[in-house]
Formats: sequence, C-alpha cells, structure tokens
Amino acid sequence: MPSSIVFRGGEKSIYNPAGNTAFLDLKNIVKSYDREVLNVRTLAFERGKIYGIIGPSGAGKTTLLRIINLLTEPDRGTIYFEGRPIPPNGPARLALQRQMTLVFQKPLLFSTTVRENIAYGLRTRGYSREEIKKRVSALLEQIGLPHMKERHAGTLSGGEAQRVALARAVAFKPKLLLLDEPTANLDPANVELMEKMILQLKQTMEVTIIIVTHNIFQARRLTDEAVFLYDGQVVETGETSKMFTSPRDERTQAFIEGRMIY
Amino acid sequence: MPRLLEGILEAFTLIIRLDPELIKIVFLSLRVSGAAIIISTLLGFPLGTWLGLKPEKKTALVNKVIYTLMGLPPVVAGLVIYMLLSRMGLLGVLGLLYTPVAMIIAQVTLALPIVTGLTMVGVRSRGKEVEETARSLGAGPLLSAWTVVRESRISLLGAVVTGFGRVIAEVGAVMMVGGNIEGHTRVMTTAIVLETRKGNFEYAIGLGLILLSLSFVINAFLYRVQRGGEVHL
Repeated sequence: MPSSIVFRGGEKSIYNPAGNTAFLDLKNIVKSYDREVLNVRTLAFERGKIYGIIGPSGAGKTTLLRIINLLTEPDRGTIYFEGRPIPPNGPARLALQRQMTLVFQKPLLFSTTVRENIAYGLRTRGYSREEIKKRVSALLEQIGLPHMKERHAGTLSGGEAQRVALARAVAFKPKLLLLDEPTANLDPANVELMEKMILQLKQTMEVTIIIVTHNIFQARRLTDEAVFLYDGQVVETGETSKMFTSPRDERTQAFIEGRMIY
Repeated sequence: MPRLLEGILEAFTLIIRLDPELIKIVFLSLRVSGAAIIISTLLGFPLGTWLGLKPEKKTALVNKVIYTLMGLPPVVAGLVIYMLLSRMGLLGVLGLLYTPVAMIIAQVTLALPIVTGLTMVGVRSRGKEVEETARSLGAGPLLSAWTVVRESRISLLGAVVTGFGRVIAEVGAVMMVGGNIEGHTRVMTTAIVLETRKGNFEYAIGLGLILLSLSFVINAFLYRVQRGGEVHL
C-alpha cells in the first residue's frame, strides 16, 4: 500500500463511519465531463505537510484541486475534512469551505485596491476593522509590497499580482491552502520569491498545502509528499524524495525522467 | 433656414423662461422613463447576472430571445401592451390604458431585455471567475453574487444608461398606450410629434434640444466610463 494513504484506526463516529482520522480524505471521487477525468479511489492528506500533485497536463490535477475546494461537485464520492464528511450544502458546508482556499493559476484580483483585495476573506469572516488593518499591513510587509497598499490591483505586474493573491489567501489563516500552478506564469526571479514564501508559510502557520504543478523540479524543491496523477487516476503516492529516486511505477518513472510527452 | 434659426431662438427663450407646460412635459418624461428603468434594473440585474453565470450552452435559446427583444420595435411593444390593457384585453379591467402606468409598462418591455442582455454579457466576460474567487475566499452564495455585480459594475452601468437612452427617446410605444393626453400622458417625444404637425416648431425644437442635451449627457457619461474603464462607485 502506498505510504501516504493513511488508514489510522480512529474512533468510529456517526460523522465518520469509516473511522479515518486523516486531515483530508478523499473516497471514491469520480468526475466525468465528456469522458471520465478523475477517478480517485482513496487519497489522504496529513496535517501540516506540503503535498505536490504532479502529472502531465490533462491528468485531472486541477479538477482534483477544484473538487477539494468544493468548487466542482464530483459525480460520486465523499470528502472527509478532519474526519467529517463534507455536507452537500448548507451552512456547515460553507463553514468547512471557509477553512480552506484555492489560489488559481491565473489569480483574479478584484478591481479595487491591493488593501481591499487582501482584506476580502477577512471581511467575509467578520473580522474587526483593527484586526483587518493589522493583518493586511503585516502581510504587505511579508510579500514585500508595503508601499502598494493603496494601489489599484489592475496596475500590478504578474509577479506582484500573484503575491497579492497569495497574501489574500493566507490572510484568514486557512487550515488548507490549495495552489494551482502558483508559478506557471512567472519569471525565474519571481518563481524563486514565490517558492520562498510558500516554504515560509509552512514554518509560520499551521497550514497544510497542496500544490498542483507540472514542474517536477518545483515539486522536489517544495513538497514533502507527492501524488502522481495520470489519466485521472492516482498512480503513485509517497515521500517526494523517494518518489524521485525510486519510483515504483513505470509511468511515474517516465514522467520524472522527462520521457513523458506533455 | 431662417425659420429653423427663429425656432431655435424661441426654443431657448422657452427653456430659459421655464415655460410651465414645457417643464411639465420634461418631468413626466423623466418620471415615466426613470420608473421604467428602475423597474427594468431591479428585474434585469438579477436575471442577467444569473444568466451570465450559467454556461453559455445552456442559455443559447434564452440568449437569442433576449437579443431579439433588445431590438424590439417600440410600436410592436406598444401594440402588445395596448391589446393587453385595452378594455377587451386580458388586463383591461385594470383601466390602465392612456395612463402613465401604461407607458411605464410599455417602456419596461423595451428596457428590460436591454438591461438583462447587457448585464448578461458583462457578467459572462469574467463573472464565473469572480464568483469562484469569491467563493474560494469564503463568500456565501449571496455575497459572491454581490461581488460579481460589483466587479461588473462598468458594464452594468452601461446597461442602465443604454436602456434609459432607449426609452427616453422612444415615441411609438408611449404614443400608443399613453395617448399623448395634454397634462396627463404627454411626454417629450409625443409632444414633438404633435407640435411639429401643428407647425409649432419652436416648441418642438425646444423639446428636441432638451432631448438632445439629455442624450449628450448620457452618452458622454457612457463614453467616459467605457474609455476610462474606471468608475469608483
């Protein structure tokens, strides 16, 4: 059994008949559009780690991330968040959704100031004015843009926009941070900066991070665990370093050696 | 030509003197078209936002209907509303024909498709992205819809202004269902028709100038909004 699929014997409860206690647990998730794009039998994530979802384009990486963020409804299957299945609707679902966030590949900043963008998630959660002010200032400092507080988001460069999107996502301290190709559209200097910030997050916050990337070098630099997705299915999971040195599956090997055309 | 010049001069004196009849007509126009555009906005914004957030494939037929209605000839709208409100019509018992309410109904028929259609197009351009960004940042359904509206504010503003421009300048529908009754249902456009027929050119020109100025203000505003793309609301 792959090492990162966790079956720890927890207490069985009405919320969690399966008795799993993983931080995030996907069971039998299936999603089809014209054809089946995702079919994940079981996949578990532990708290506090950085996960990389790697695989060629069209493997279902983004769909998986969107399903976890509850933006896309799977045709079948259940997601357990901290042991509880996520309900299909209602306030309980919103409450769970508020513990996680997704930064899109091309993040959309609202057409207002940088400050208002970073404050958005804090406002939806009813934070006080002083707290919002404090957090926004601190975050702007962290992403190196304290002078851009009142700038209109539309005037930012790609790298700056990506950093603001990341700050906006972590402002409300989510338990789960989902990043879809966070550096795909950036120049090398900005890639380095983003990667540094992501690693810093792990040290300063109690957050589990799942990064979708097609860049195996980035997965190696950033992630503790890797999930190799191919044709909608989980082919292999495990410690990133191990997966890169001794992949178990032929397809994984082909991918990390760059023999897979994508 | 001197007649036109004369007319313009007299029109100006009418406007400057605040001719009570003229003022009354102008205000009724603004009230009728204002009410129509408010109603159309209240209905068209939510409807257009809702449609704009749906995949285009699913709303293909509705789109075509809306686009057709956007070009609905005012006399056709007038005819339909006339038949509905006339004594033999479905809503005849309400006794609304030849009242300002009938004119408002006719103008809503003309403005609603425009507001809905332009809202839909505006929202569609990046509404889904905005909605998902808002949701992933923790906004519930209502707040994310509101965020979409706020982010599309420039196109929404354009929708309202375009709709207003259409109904304030339209004559066919209000003539048919309003009847151009002096002091009751006479608006700028119907008055222009009447005064021109009577040969009271200065009056018609005066109203024409006011209508033209209104149109200028509206379009200048729209132009600025669309060029600058930046309106802080």
